[in-house]
Amino acid sequence: MLKRVMLIEDEPNIIEAISFILSREGLAVDTHSDGTTANDRLRACRPDLLILDVMLPGKSGYDILRELREDADTAELPVLMLTARGQSRDREMAERAGVSAFMTKPFSNAEMLATVRTLVAGGV
Amino acid sequence: MLNTLVAVCSAYALFLFAVAFAAERAALRGQATWLRSPMVYTLSLSIYCTAWTFYGAVGSAVRSGFEYLTIYLGPSLVLVGWWWILRKLVRIGRSQRITSVADLISSRYGKSNLLAVGVTILAVVGTTPYIALQLQSVTLSFEVFGVGDLATGEEKGHTALWVAAGLALFTVIFGTRNLDANERHNGVVMAIALEAIVKLAALLAVGVFVVWGLSGGVSGALDKIDASPLGHWEIDGGRWAGLMMLSAAAFLCLPRIFQVLVVENDNETHLRTASWAFPLYLGLMSLFVVPIAVIGLEMLPEGSNPDLFVLTVPLSQGRDGLAVLSFLGGFSSATSMVIVAAIALSTMVSNHVVMPLWLRFAGGGAKVSGDVRHVVLLARRLSIIGVVMLGYLYYRLSGGGAALASIGLVSFAGVAQVLPAMLGGIFWRGASRLGALTGLTLGFGCWGYTLFLPSFGPGAVLPEAWLLDGAFGLHWLRPHALFGIGGMDPLLHAVFWSLALNTGGFVLASLASFPQPLERLQGAQFVNVFEHSTGPRSWAGRVAPTEDLMVMAQRILGARDARLLFEREAQRQGLRGGLPAPTPDFLETLERELAGSVGAATAHAMVGQIVGGASVSVEDLMAVADETAQMMEYSARLEAQSQELARTAAQLREANAKLTRLSVQKDAFLSQISHELRTPMTSIRAFSEILRDTTGLSAPEQSKYASIIHDEAIRLTRLLDDLLDLSVLENGQVNLNLREGLLSEVLDRAVAAAAADEHGARLRIDRDPAAERIWLNTDLDRLSQVFINLVANARKYCDAAQPALDIRVRTGEEVVIDFIDNGTGISSEAQDVIFEKFSRVSDQKAGGAGLGLAICRQIMTRLGGEIAYLPGQGGGAFRVILPANIAMAAQ
Repeated sequence: MLKRVMLIEDEPNIIEAISFILSREGLAVDTHSDGTTANDRLRACRPDLLILDVMLPGKSGYDILRELREDADTAELPVLMLTARGQSRDREMAERAGVSAFMTKPFSNAEMLATVRTLVAGGV
Repeated sequence: MLNTLVAVCSAYALFLFAVAFAAERAALRGQATWLRSPMVYTLSLSIYCTAWTFYGAVGSAVRSGFEYLTIYLGPSLVLVGWWWILRKLVRIGRSQRITSVADLISSRYGKSNLLAVGVTILAVVGTTPYIALQLQSVTLSFEVFGVGDLATGEEKGHTALWVAAGLALFTVIFGTRNLDANERHNGVVMAIALEAIVKLAALLAVGVFVVWGLSGGVSGALDKIDASPLGHWEIDGGRWAGLMMLSAAAFLCLPRIFQVLVVENDNETHLRTASWAFPLYLGLMSLFVVPIAVIGLEMLPEGSNPDLFVLTVPLSQGRDGLAVLSFLGGFSSATSMVIVAAIALSTMVSNHVVMPLWLRFAGGGAKVSGDVRHVVLLARRLSIIGVVMLGYLYYRLSGGGAALASIGLVSFAGVAQVLPAMLGGIFWRGASRLGALTGLTLGFGCWGYTLFLPSFGPGAVLPEAWLLDGAFGLHWLRPHALFGIGGMDPLLHAVFWSLALNTGGFVLASLASFPQPLERLQGAQFVNVFEHSTGPRSWAGRVAPTEDLMVMAQRILGARDARLLFEREAQRQGLRGGLPAPTPDFLETLERELAGSVGAATAHAMVGQIVGGASVSVEDLMAVADETAQMMEYSARLEAQSQELARTAAQLREANAKLTRLSVQKDAFLSQISHELRTPMTSIRAFSEILRDTTGLSAPEQSKYASIIHDEAIRLTRLLDDLLDLSVLENGQVNLNLREGLLSEVLDRAVAAAAADEHGARLRIDRDPAAERIWLNTDLDRLSQVFINLVANARKYCDAAQPALDIRVRTGEEVVIDFIDNGTGISSEAQDVIFEKFSRVSDQKAGGAGLGLAICRQIMTRLGGEIAYLPGQGGGAFRVILPANIAMAAQ
């Protein structure tokens, strides 16, 4: 069964890069770049994995994550968070918000793939 | 007869010597209690009654009726009504170890030696006529007995000289036995007490003889009085009041009275006895004055000297024995006065005149106390001789012819000048040294001019013309009618003006001047003497009250420590009951213990206060004041330090807050930079890995991904350039490259540069070339950078369907360039932050890092101009203002 990954990110070149990598792995990728409508879109798509940027226009990645954890439908959804700020404080905030995995930009494509594979397979 | 008299005199003198000597010996052996009874004190006060009183009262009664009574009423008034002044004087004298009137005044006004010298001179000058009066009366009385023998003035002078020499000798022997003027002169006091009895007995004997022997009893005497001219004397109220005041004042100020009243006082409670006994004594002394005067007038030939009735009445009746007794009474009166006055004056002269001079000119070498002691004694002795001889000199100069009472009054008026400074000093803390000096100078000068100098007689010292027409012919300066107020009794006139000027000067100068610290301290000590000293206790045989010491020690050391200290000492002394004897050793220990808590000077003063009764010395007090001042200074310094600490802490807090703020800003900035750098790097890394790792990429894909890497690398470079640029601008390290050029050309370059960017090529730009022809002298490249930013922003962000940018230039005081596009503009909340670093308004896709406007603002600040968002223009609008000095001329 085709696993679906949703990517919420506002930088077009990064969206293109991640989409390319995941598509070649055989995953279906939906993309979205606005923070405020992210949760609605999420409920509609029901992906197997969410890749979430922190700095989004309209709403931060943390807020989106907290909201979806409160929703019973998405409470168990694996979430990989990406951030360009890379301070330990950001990782702590992400973990408190209920993240499954956390990566700092720039990332290695192989590492990204490995993490996605693990998350999609149901491990953490 | 004269020989008998000389023999009697010599015998009497020897007797006095013996009494004085015995008293001194008794005092040395500590058997002084009977010497120190209130009665002896009261009798010693009788030196107030001099030869003037003994002989002169009868003379005065003959000349002025009952006026002589005023001289007795004044002191009685003081003793009965003003005993509280006396009590205060006595207490001050004891607690401050006062040695004389001059010492009192000087000590009160900050230990001023100038004042001491002034009062000393006043006292000497004022007392000199008085001593002369005594010499005159003794000489006169000798003359009475040796009529014919002592005819010539020369021989009269010899008698006076012999008397003076004898008195000086007695005074030197008994007046300078003790060095400390504060030590009592037991022998002298005893001798004058004895003399007081002799003179009272003599006068009473003559009176009894006159009343019962010559007038046939009391009723006969009264009849004779009624019949005599004395019965018809009118009482001049003003003169009576004046004389009474004067004698009261003199009683307080006379150096010899002060000597026995204050310095020789042994016990404050003796005043209580004196306050009734002394007026009684005065009453007895005045009891038979009128009968003697009346009988003298009746029995003796016309022209007899009424000053000598006390002698001549018994003599005329052949009562030689009574006459000799009477002579001894007069002799006693004169000698006691001269002796005490000489002691009092010599103390002043040696303490305030001789010793300061000696210490200044010769005292440097004398380190041994024996040297000083020798000098002091010598000074005292010479002073005594000098004072007595001055009196003799006055006697010779004034011719010895004046009535006794009038000489006495001149003297009274002189010493009364001390009164304002004295009373002011002990009752008014505001009294100042300047006030005392001013008052004394004015009063003394006025007294000298209006009373003392004229008393030598017209032409003797003051030219006769001055007496009649005033000094230098100035009418208002007539000695007996100052300021044109004539017709007054010369004495009252002088007393009125001298005391009025004295008091006025004293009060005004005191009000106008500010006392020195020592003066204020002394003033408080004097005025509040009853709060500062212990109650009336005897000087002699007092033991230090250990209980008092205990109470004080408990207060300072705490009850437990004090008890332990006292018990330990008691055990050491072998005493039971916990209270040790106040031995010097123990007092020293106690003082040291206390000093640890309150400082050495305070401890010494406190122990001294309890052990020594009252003698807290000025030095002690000054030391206390110093310690207090030091403590106050210390606490003020502490306070200042704590204030400074508080200030420093506040500054530190502020600095810390600023640092925290800066740190937060720095963190935010670094976080921002990190984000801005990592974002393009993420794309570059991701696509480069794709290009490296992915096999079978199509050519268009490869090309596209390579382009993305290229674009992002450029973006990174631009970002780094902007950051460096901003850093340089913010740190003020930028060097401006000033050049002249036209505004239009700068705008041309900016529009062209902005158009080179492929985005938004369709932006239409409207300009007004005529308005742009302005010469500028500034960094044209930097200005151009600002313009490029603004045009590029309009290209990127103007969201109108047909984007257009209007560039308007206006010249007035400054050059104003507005950039207005036709888009939706910037929201009002965003307007506040667009010039901050990394502030981007919503749309990130335009690719800027958010540093452009921050850089623009920095550049405009460097150029001395401004850049601001211009709200309310319908679209995005920025205004650039160039200062007038940049614009050279509009063409």
